[in-house]
Amino acid sequence: MQLVLHVWRQAGPNVKGAFATHRVAANPHMSFLEMLDSLNEELAANDEEPVAFEHDCREGICGSCGIVINGVPHGPTRGTATCQLHMRKFRDGDEIWIEPWRAAAFPVIKDLVVDRSPLDAIVQAGGYITARTGSAPDANAIPIPKDDAELAMDAAACIGCGACVAACPNASAMLFTAAKASHLGLLPQGQPERDERALKMVSMMDAAGFGGCTNHGECEIACPKEISVEFIARLNRDLFKASVMAVE
Amino acid sequence: MRRVVQLYKSTIGKKIMMALTGVILVGFVLGHMIGNLKAFQGAEKIDAYGEFLREMGSPIFGHGQVLWLVRIVLIVAFIVHVIAALQLTRVGQKARREKYAKSLEYEASTYASRTMRYGGVFLLVFVVYHLLHMTTGTMHPDFQIGGIYHNLQVAFGSVVVAGFYLVAMAALGFHLFHGVWSGFQTLGLNHPRYNRYRRPLAVGVAVVIALGFVAIPISFLAGILS
Amino acid sequence: MTLESRVPSGPIQEKWDRQRFELKLVNPANKRKYEIIVVGSGLAGASAAASLAELGYRVKCFCFQDSPRRAHSIAAQGGINAAKNYQNDGDSIWRLFYDTVKGGDYRSREANVYRLAQISLNIIDQCVAQGVPFAREYGGQLANRSFGGAQVSRTFYARGQTGQQLLLGAYQALARQIGLGAVTMFPRTEMLDVVVVDGHARGIVVRDLVSGAISSHGAHAIVLATGGYSNAYFLSTNAKGCNVTATWRAHRRGALFANPCFTQIHPTCIPASGDYQSKLTLMSESLRNDGRIWVPTATEEQRSADAISEGERDYYLERLYPSFGNLTPRDIASRRAKEAVDSGRGVGELKNGVYLDFRDAIQRLGADVIGERYGNLFDMYERITGENPYDVPMRIFPAPHYTMGGLWVDYNLMSSVPGLYVIGEANFSDHGANRLGASALMQGLADGYFILPYTIGDYLTRIGSAPVTANAQAFGAIEEDVAQRTKKLLAVEGKRTVDSFHRELGRIMWDECGMSRTKEGLARALQAIPALRDEFWSDVRVTGRGENLNQTLEKAGRVADFFEFAELMCVDALHRDESCGGHFREEYQTDEGEALRNDDDFAYVAAWNFTGVGEQPELLKEPLAFEHVPLSQRSYK
Repeated sequence: MQLVLHVWRQAGPNVKGAFATHRVAANPHMSFLEMLDSLNEELAANDEEPVAFEHDCREGICGSCGIVINGVPHGPTRGTATCQLHMRKFRDGDEIWIEPWRAAAFPVIKDLVVDRSPLDAIVQAGGYITARTGSAPDANAIPIPKDDAELAMDAAACIGCGACVAACPNASAMLFTAAKASHLGLLPQGQPERDERALKMVSMMDAAGFGGCTNHGECEIACPKEISVEFIARLNRDLFKASVMAVE
Repeated sequence: MRRVVQLYKSTIGKKIMMALTGVILVGFVLGHMIGNLKAFQGAEKIDAYGEFLREMGSPIFGHGQVLWLVRIVLIVAFIVHVIAALQLTRVGQKARREKYAKSLEYEASTYASRTMRYGGVFLLVFVVYHLLHMTTGTMHPDFQIGGIYHNLQVAFGSVVVAGFYLVAMAALGFHLFHGVWSGFQTLGLNHPRYNRYRRPLAVGVAVVIALGFVAIPISFLAGILS
Repeated sequence: MTLESRVPSGPIQEKWDRQRFELKLVNPANKRKYEIIVVGSGLAGASAAASLAELGYRVKCFCFQDSPRRAHSIAAQGGINAAKNYQNDGDSIWRLFYDTVKGGDYRSREANVYRLAQISLNIIDQCVAQGVPFAREYGGQLANRSFGGAQVSRTFYARGQTGQQLLLGAYQALARQIGLGAVTMFPRTEMLDVVVVDGHARGIVVRDLVSGAISSHGAHAIVLATGGYSNAYFLSTNAKGCNVTATWRAHRRGALFANPCFTQIHPTCIPASGDYQSKLTLMSESLRNDGRIWVPTATEEQRSADAISEGERDYYLERLYPSFGNLTPRDIASRRAKEAVDSGRGVGELKNGVYLDFRDAIQRLGADVIGERYGNLFDMYERITGENPYDVPMRIFPAPHYTMGGLWVDYNLMSSVPGLYVIGEANFSDHGANRLGASALMQGLADGYFILPYTIGDYLTRIGSAPVTANAQAFGAIEEDVAQRTKKLLAVEGKRTVDSFHRELGRIMWDECGMSRTKEGLARALQAIPALRDEFWSDVRVTGRGENLNQTLEKAGRVADFFEFAELMCVDALHRDESCGGHFREEYQTDEGEALRNDDDFAYVAAWNFTGVGEQPELLKEPLAFEHVPLSQRSYK
């Protein structure tokens, strides 16, 4: 299949970027990233610099990859990270627009690579359970209802790719933050720090320059793990309770 | 109070304030709409209803005192709602300075959710006009204090005025459709068993309120009321 | 140089206790005076960095990814073993120890494996306390499953994402320490060399992948947790960034490399779909519980699977291994699949796979039951291949997956360079010649949470807490080395791309040093690799500059190291005149085609000492004694 690619090229963080147009031949069985690999091989052969894009496991779990394809983060297949998108989802002659995540909190480093470290900062602020190595009781000491464990797992499935931010009209990181806070807040082990966690994570999320959530729901659709916006409601409730009800 | 201020500083806190004030405002428009329907019972009933609003709380409170208390609550709620919205808009704009060259394909968000801000501004303009029109009478061609039915009759004699009210109420419907659902999310009112009723409830509130309001101008235009 | 394994004396059950008592402790008030560098942030690295920081050490942690959460441990699917015996089915520390030594085909160190089995209990406790959402039963207790042919249910799991959840647990513990300022995190920073001063590891040289800046970091001890080297084959289930650079650079500075030829091939991966293939995707082995593996009896079969009658199908595993059938161990299933494909009976457009057929299981149990069990995997398969496994059989083929070999370490996990510790997949210690399913996660976390934090203190007390400065002469010289190497790569300005070299190297390794090896093949590889390496250094094209984000340059550096390392793999495979575990030499097999060990001559760890690129490395042997698990030949007939 023949494709026309419009790829965002940007040499560095504070440089103006622009689209470059390339014609490539692709095989429908290729993954999207393999199609970009082949473009890069061609560019390198012509002594041009290859397109920088982030990728690692290529199994949809590490969360490294992330490209906005024709205005859709991770492209047209739902519940699928860019690395697992395959070219059979496109048609011969298609024009494809390829852009990086765009958010003030995610400055472009080069081409399609952005800096997502604010997501780490949110976790560092409180997205954990304090359990010093060696201090744990027996694993079966606290029974956890199966449904709670399953729901916590639904939230914990987040791969931290940042597609929720990319898809949000406000560039909000609420789904990411809510998924982590809910994962821990749903478990008995997570209760002691639940209030503090909500306060600290939300405060870091705001400080990092993400927008506010206005409940559009685009994040849930873009999420390669299909994490539900129900977790956002849960974080809102936790924050409200933590702010108003906390003893201190 | 310190906690409320602290909460308000976060984006979620602002949304929670919008939701709480939104609850007050939805309650108000619902009451207002039901009161309006008295027009179908004739001039006497609706004018008496207007008088009742002013007499509320009597004899403990003086004439119009409770009404003013309610108005103050509404005005404060309205101001908080608008300011929080403006601040959130600003945060959202700052969070994505560089736009997508090929704009995002929207899949989950609704027309209503994406037009909240524009619709909100339009409703703000409408509310100011409506107060000058029907409360103070400043912009009414033949305003009678206490003559509610008369005031409606004169106002909606104009197709332009009635049309403006219709458009505004459509905007209110959209605003409520997203606002009510969004309020549930923001206040964290969710439960796996009842979540499926949230969208239909939002549709219900939006449709009932918008239809209830537009019934009056349409009825005047159609000659059902005269 | 002699190999001192430092295994404490006494009964095996008491060795670890005894060692912990005998190891010197660092005074709590002094811990903050020590700096420790941890390279890598996977299960081993993140758990070690977090635990060391909790103890009070000052820790610097480095990873090449943009976030420590992306390390490749995240991709492990199946589960983690622990001898909890929650199922009351007769499991015990002794049984896990026994199974692991036997599964490793008697090429691991007994004392290490016993300690691993002991610690497995603490790991599960620790992970649950961190909030890892393991699968649970309706009563709220932890669920288990039997995995990889084990006869007890001792595997804990979190859907198909166990590695992800365990890594997030460790990552969160690490994030907490970063937030507290106890760990300084250096993401997007690649370690390119180790600095050894007076025989002790004293620091590392790194390249900032965004700015290209090369700098040094000094510390009292260095911990490498940099994973395995399956990407020597180019196509593997590893992430694209996985590399041998950190361990290879340490090897060049004096750390011995042990058993590099022990690599594990995973039998159920999705076959390559074309020559553009960039990596292979693993499908959980659990599929073999219900799927039947077969190929057509005829070579050059052109018909689709449904047109091939029962009599024209060869269910070769069921035929050859009537009692284990489709559940034979990984290495056997892999080798038989390769044989089938090599004999021209492969399936798929490229004839490079075998069928894994669910037709009978669907008929017997219904599509719903199969969907419940494997729905996610079926969806993933369809996403990648475009074929629906409910209708047409899956195609599978083995792929390089895990490397048991690694830097040689003693019982304290210290390499042959004092002060340089190696943990997780990067060391060689616990899996022998073959790793059992659900044991890799266990080992990574055992090393990071519960072994290294104790053992490293002993070394630190011995060397004292005088500050290590990174501006000593040795640092400058090695920084210069690293800078020169980068410049050299950019200066070749040849015609071939880095990937084309890596693919060609991978092809050689797969053909000659893959699932089955021969003396002749390995000799051929030892001719071909140096020749290709020379071509690489004279004809590679590395575009761009060294002073910014340059992914081609990163790749080129890693491939250059694979070129040197691949030769060592072949040398090791050639010297080991026996078959054991993942190392199968065609010359050494039983009449039934099974691996034939030679315990008399090869019951040792082969630890190689670097003598120069292209030079024959020096072999040191650590003899292995099996006092608790009697040597026996396995049989799966």
